[in-house]
Amino acid sequence: MSSKTKRKPKIAVFKFASCDGCQLSLLDAEDELLAIVGEVELAYFPEATRAALRGPYDIGLVEGSITTHHDAQRIQQVRRQCKTLVTLGACATAGGIQALRNWKDVDEFVRVVYASPQFISTLKLSTPISEHVPVDFELRGCPISKAHLLELLSATLIGRKPNIPAHSVCLECKRRGQVCVLVARGEPCLGPVTQAGCGALCPGFDRGCFGCFGPVAGANTAALTAQLLALGQKDYQLARLFRGFNAWSWPFRKASEECEKR
Amino acid sequence: MTTASASRTIRVETLARVEGEGALYIKLAGEHVTDVKLSIYEPPRMFEAFLRGRHFSEVPDITARICGICPFAYQMSSVHALEAALGVTIDPAVRLLRRLFYCGEWIESHALHIYMLHAPDFLGFQDAVAMAAQHRELVERALRLKKVGNTLMVVLGGREIHPISATVGGFYKTPRKQQLTALVPELEWALEAALQTVEFTSKLEFPDFEQDYIFVALHHPQEYPLNEGRIVSSSGLDIRAAEYEEHFVESHVKHSNALHSTLRGRGSYLVGPLARFSLDYEQLPREAQQAAVAAGLKPPVKNPFRSIVVRAVELVFACAEALRLIREYEPPAASRVEVAAGPGVGHAATEAPRGLLYHRYLLDDHGLVRAAKIVPPTAQNQKRIEDDLREYAARLSGWPLADATWKCEQAVRNYDPCISCATHFLKVTIEQERP
Repeated sequence: MSSKTKRKPKIAVFKFASCDGCQLSLLDAEDELLAIVGEVELAYFPEATRAALRGPYDIGLVEGSITTHHDAQRIQQVRRQCKTLVTLGACATAGGIQALRNWKDVDEFVRVVYASPQFISTLKLSTPISEHVPVDFELRGCPISKAHLLELLSATLIGRKPNIPAHSVCLECKRRGQVCVLVARGEPCLGPVTQAGCGALCPGFDRGCFGCFGPVAGANTAALTAQLLALGQKDYQLARLFRGFNAWSWPFRKASEECEKR
Repeated sequence: MTTASASRTIRVETLARVEGEGALYIKLAGEHVTDVKLSIYEPPRMFEAFLRGRHFSEVPDITARICGICPFAYQMSSVHALEAALGVTIDPAVRLLRRLFYCGEWIESHALHIYMLHAPDFLGFQDAVAMAAQHRELVERALRLKKVGNTLMVVLGGREIHPISATVGGFYKTPRKQQLTALVPELEWALEAALQTVEFTSKLEFPDFEQDYIFVALHHPQEYPLNEGRIVSSSGLDIRAAEYEEHFVESHVKHSNALHSTLRGRGSYLVGPLARFSLDYEQLPREAQQAAVAAGLKPPVKNPFRSIVVRAVELVFACAEALRLIREYEPPAASRVEVAAGPGVGHAATEAPRGLLYHRYLLDDHGLVRAAKIVPPTAQNQKRIEDDLREYAARLSGWPLADATWKCEQAVRNYDPCISCATHFLKVTIEQERP
């Protein structure tokens, strides 16, 4: 073909401390994957390709939290290489499950897991990407929603803001016509304070939400805590409930610490 | 120009098409390999430490987060270990459903590895996307196969990554029979596609390379192992999961954030598809055995590069088994049994797509975890991967460095290593010493 083709946007996927699940979501977009890779250039994505093109990249997708000195430096380089930097999932946006170290003595943790702790270099805290560099957009979830990832990619490619819901899981639950596990059965559920995105999965499986998508904007954790205590939950149970995959996000962190103090 | 006597280094800074982050460093003096380090620099996430103090009911949701590729394997190993600790007996229909769920994970994971992570090496492409330009039908088949596995997981667990339905004692909710029978036509297509996958992989070119492995896998008298069985080896081991720690030792080496496992008094061993196929061939369903025979495979398979064919045979097994289980399924009277908290110690091993996965939990009076031990398949294979490379890299001494490096990467990918799991672990470096 003789017509000049437009340069395809370069996408890079970077991994920090995580389970690989969020970047797998891209490969799991089975129906859309070949169409996506037709529109972009996967310039750097070690889980999927040996090829590694140099930056700068148009979109950088970052999975995982910062837990080592080396990674704290690497994220600075990643930021410099990416025009738009998007975090994928609970590890990158809230420190992930590995942030449970943040309330404990990390040296003791290392001794529990490793025979020769002196070989291990790790930071005392597991922190989200935004604590290290400016982030352009954060996709929530443990794991992220495939639909959100596709929306984010298409919106960014055409230069508009991604349309990602910012209401609570409760609204998704009501829309699906599911019975409220908290009101009807008195079971603990983080739905009222958790951001939508999963489609209210857990209540649909007869169990309360455990907060995979992290706190919704304006989350009233105090009101939920009071209600759950009135239903007979104990403080230590609630402290654990808030300490899941988004434990280090400020509203959940504060709520868990208040429960622990009482 | 490279001569056979030159010294050089094979160095892969970031191993691609594996799950997680690692590096490979090989030092060669002439034809002799003087050093091999599979370095797992994936940051440690320390699950075994922060599981302490959590209630047993929270454990399966947490252990799923060790791995986004095989979350159900982590859920099942922990659920079985906790059920052993608490003396729980499950409904036979629940047992069947767990086996079906595991088939979904095997289909999704094996299809991903065979076509998207490993096949590009054999066909000379950097990745599946580049491969799609010339072999679109292969990539389309891969994606549809993967989707069948994932759909099964979504029906049973709400989502393919970190499903939410499995719990100690059973499931939060079990599917209706129609939800499963609706999957039958696509699974029937998948079984055909899996048979084509065996045929496709059997025609690839394999290096002439065999190793004398000690295979370790679960063994069950009636069925190909997924959730249950005794731990057996090709060197005569035959034990219960509870005896695992009497026979397997984990040690910590400086160059890796994953622990090395060895079989006491025997050294390195191998877990995964080659081990299962070699030890459990008799338990494979007829379709899978016939496909293996047609592909020229008979146990034991000692060429690690043929693991891609064995994985395809296991794909046939998983599709056939899923169809059988769906036909036999009747929903249980109750989705789960009530489980009372209490003290106990429980051990379990299941077969993750990459191999044997061992868990142990110690619970206190309140059902809280006092201690946890998790030994993922990649940690167990780590030393064996280094042993393979020590033998294999020596044969590549006359090769151009870039080709030798790619071949060594491929040798690592034979294992479908899951580094994220192993650190709760790849880059390749080949260094040649001055003669």
